Amino acid sequence: MSEPVFQARGLTKTYHMGEAEVHALRGVDLAIGAGEFIVLLGPSGSGKSTLLNILGGLDVPSAGDVRFLDHQLTGADEAELTRFRREHVGFVFQFYNLIPSLTARENVALVTDIAAAPMPADEALGWVGLAERLDHFPSQLSGGEQQRVAIARAIAKRPQVLLCDEPTGALDYETGKLVLEVIAKINAELGTTAMVITHNAAISGMADRVLRLGNGRIVGEEKPARKLSPAEISW
Amino acid sequence: MVKALDRKLLRDLWSLKTQVVSIALVIACGIGGFIGSLSTHSSLLWSRQNYYDTARFAHVFATAKRAPASLEAKLREIPGVAEAETRVVRDAQLSLPDVVPPMIARLIGFDFAHPPGMNRLTLKSGRWPARGAKGEVVVNQRFFEARGLNLGQAMRVLLNGRLEQLTLVGTALSPEYIYATRGGAMPDDEWFAVLWIDERALAAAFNMEGAFNSVLLRLQHGASSETAVAALDRLLEPYGGFGALGRDDQASDKILAQEINQQKVFGTVLPAIFLLVAAFILNVVLHRQVNAQRGEIAALKALGYDDRAIAWHYLKFASVIVLLGVALGLWLGHWLGTALTGLYTDFFHFPEFYYRLEPWLALVATGAALAAAALGALAAIRGVVRLRAAEALRPPAPAEFRPLLIERLGYAELLTPAQRMIMRNLERKPLRAAITVVGVAASVAILIAGVFWGDAIEWFMDVQFSQVQRAQVSVGFAEAVPRGALHDLSRLPGVKQVEVQRAVPVRLRAGHRSYRTALSGLEDGARLQRVLDAQLREAQLVPGAVLLTARLAERLGVAPGDTLEAELLEGNRIKTVLRVGGTVDEMVGSNAWMRLEDLNRVAREGALVSGAGLLVDRAAERSLLERLKEMPAAAVVIVTRTLVETFRETSAQNVLFFTAVLSAFAATIAVGVVYNNARIQLAERAWELASLRVLGFTRAEVSVLLLGELALEIALAIPLGFVAGYWLAALLIAFMPHDVLEFPLVIYPATYLLAGAVVAAAGVLSALIVRNRIDNLDLVGVLKTRE
Repeated sequence: MSEPVFQARGLTKTYHMGEAEVHALRGVDLAIGAGEFIVLLGPSGSGKSTLLNILGGLDVPSAGDVRFLDHQLTGADEAELTRFRREHVGFVFQFYNLIPSLTARENVALVTDIAAAPMPADEALGWVGLAERLDHFPSQLSGGEQQRVAIARAIAKRPQVLLCDEPTGALDYETGKLVLEVIAKINAELGTTAMVITHNAAISGMADRVLRLGNGRIVGEEKPARKLSPAEISW
Repeated sequence: MVKALDRKLLRDLWSLKTQVVSIALVIACGIGGFIGSLSTHSSLLWSRQNYYDTARFAHVFATAKRAPASLEAKLREIPGVAEAETRVVRDAQLSLPDVVPPMIARLIGFDFAHPPGMNRLTLKSGRWPARGAKGEVVVNQRFFEARGLNLGQAMRVLLNGRLEQLTLVGTALSPEYIYATRGGAMPDDEWFAVLWIDERALAAAFNMEGAFNSVLLRLQHGASSETAVAALDRLLEPYGGFGALGRDDQASDKILAQEINQQKVFGTVLPAIFLLVAAFILNVVLHRQVNAQRGEIAALKALGYDDRAIAWHYLKFASVIVLLGVALGLWLGHWLGTALTGLYTDFFHFPEFYYRLEPWLALVATGAALAAAALGALAAIRGVVRLRAAEALRPPAPAEFRPLLIERLGYAELLTPAQRMIMRNLERKPLRAAITVVGVAASVAILIAGVFWGDAIEWFMDVQFSQVQRAQVSVGFAEAVPRGALHDLSRLPGVKQVEVQRAVPVRLRAGHRSYRTALSGLEDGARLQRVLDAQLREAQLVPGAVLLTARLAERLGVAPGDTLEAELLEGNRIKTVLRVGGTVDEMVGSNAWMRLEDLNRVAREGALVSGAGLLVDRAAERSLLERLKEMPAAAVVIVTRTLVETFRETSAQNVLFFTAVLSAFAATIAVGVVYNNARIQLAERAWELASLRVLGFTRAEVSVLLLGELALEIALAIPLGFVAGYWLAALLIAFMPHDVLEFPLVIYPATYLLAGAVVAAAGVLSALIVRNRIDNLDLVGVLKTRE
């Protein structure tokens, strides 16, 4: 493995839902190398999203330790986590989370305005194949197009890591593949570390490494013999 | 089934508790203001009635020069008269140790052993004068308090040219002097005392034994006051009658009535606006609730709830808020009404405190609030009923936006993305933005309309005493004197300018209408007393004709060119016909003006004057006033400066109270509007704002997006509120009784500033509360759900 970007040890996350305690993570150790393409698989409630949120600085662990390069994320305050997200992390979500009142270009510009050395918004949209639809509002774009705008928004800041939570969950087959191609291309050509949560086992074929989660623990780890291109997989 | 839905209702209410409370508070302010003002109004009417009844206040009043006691039997024979009383009343100069400006005492002859059957006195402190004790008097409570006197106090009065020492032994209230003024429209308590003194002593001092100069009549139930006034005038005519008055024209009652009627205007116009704003907010909140609960509504419909049950559910939601507001409002109204009635009871010196909240007021207020809420809720509920289950189950499509006008015109680069989001949101929901703007503007307007009275009064005082009555000291003679008296005055110390005038009591008649006032004669080119209209334009006296205050002309039903019968009520008691030369829209009073020369010609008494205005040297003022006190002819001396100072002190307190109450109300409305709008916005955009936070936006950056929109709306609303406030003030003035005084529509910049600042502060407060919520957005939760 190349030099790790994320290193986590004994990550635990417990939620209190009324009187019940939910153990979302029960001691996770992991190391993610720079430029790796990681797929996180597992049933609902296995802790995938919690792990991704903690790595992305959206949530804090109840116990354990997590580092991003030389940043200690454990114990960081809200302002430090905000800065961490702003500088280093690109997020892609199942529901795109675009701002409806801004056009595609402006949604990307939201990030380029606050990032240190971003790529131009037009270039980011060019990467995802939307150079022609810069001035469209979300309501004028298809679901796949909206997700590609979200990806363009995520990569425009040139993040070290791209964290995708069910990026194809709301998309049809063809559109989903198109989105995966974009993520793979970014991972390959920009060297961005990518972590993708999915229910779709077929996507595992694209990964450098597949982590299986179950009941808040990493229950399995596989390295596909050959990394497939999105065109080669189907489901 | 219903029980579960009601549980949902309670939980919805609980989760929106801050919003619920803020809306309920707006409603409470509306109802509180409504009930507070109107119950004060009816309590004051009731207090006055009770007082007038128990004190057996007279129905008709008349004064004459000197009428024989034998006339009394004839007075009782006037048709409709139940009782008649006669007495001696004289005004005289009064001095207290250490008070330089002269004061006026109205001396009323009183038989303390056998008190009269009407205008009964209520002893507040001390005792009645002892039988046979010389120089003991009872004073009116208002003067006693205004001057901070003590029982046993000695005072000197100029009785028919002789200085007499009187001793204060008690204080009393009289229905005749609830408002004690020397005839003006302003409280005059520091400078005008009413003294009740043994009737024989007073009669002896003024050579009035076996005679009287004041008549009081009480009428039989249903008897006409006009008939009695006319008959009394006829009887007193040979004895120098000054014209009888019905109770409505009695000085104290007239001002009291004006004060009481003002309450009614405050109690109806302002609360109506409060209720309207509450309806606005309720409408928006319900809309939001319905939109946020599309899924739940669909599920309820799928489960078999019919439209009516669901609509009823939301109507109940609105009703709970309204009823909470009503309950609070009733309490607030009762509190405010009790406090205001107490204030006025003290101010008017009613002997007893009566407060009552009539049930119909509470019913009307509750009904109005429910109707306003139903109106507000209706639109939202219509939306619920229309929603199809399947349609409601689908998530709403992304909201549609389009480039702003400014961008379509090609100036897109002028705006940052944040500004664009703000502007596009405003453009996309113009109605909601408009409601916020209107609501905030309404609170600004209410504040201006409530507080501008202070400005109007201040301006009025300023104009009245710097442009209309410009004399620094006014002297009134007991009797009209030859013009030569002018020289006496101009020789007094410090007198720089003297300007004489004459006022003759007169009854003016036009057809069946009549009015008793004074016919005032001004010298040509008079500068110390001028006749100005509401726009401060000087009215020209028409030679040989009379110039009437517009409200008097209206009351008499005459226009320029018409004629009037004038009956002068002193001297030769000339009856003549006068031509109305013009009318002038004066702010105060019901005056009739003529050139002095013309007046004297009409009166056929030669060149007489009855008073003078003086410009004086401030340094010599003290010695001038000392000298004036010694002049028997100068019966009334008024120092403008002291009058204005007293007035400012009293009015400042009232203005402060109203400013405080209305500021609290306006701030409540502003918070209600701004806070609710912010909460709705936050709920609708939480997902969007949380997404931005995930992308690395700081709390401050995210807050700007939401609060920037509010700031923009408030910034739009405040100037709009200024304009609305101006017109609301004009509306209030139009509703106000104007038989004595026409309030000028004057609003000083400081009032606008205050209104803007209070509302802006309320906006900031709301923003801070909401800001706290923005800071605590659930970043993780928001990503998993799609609103």
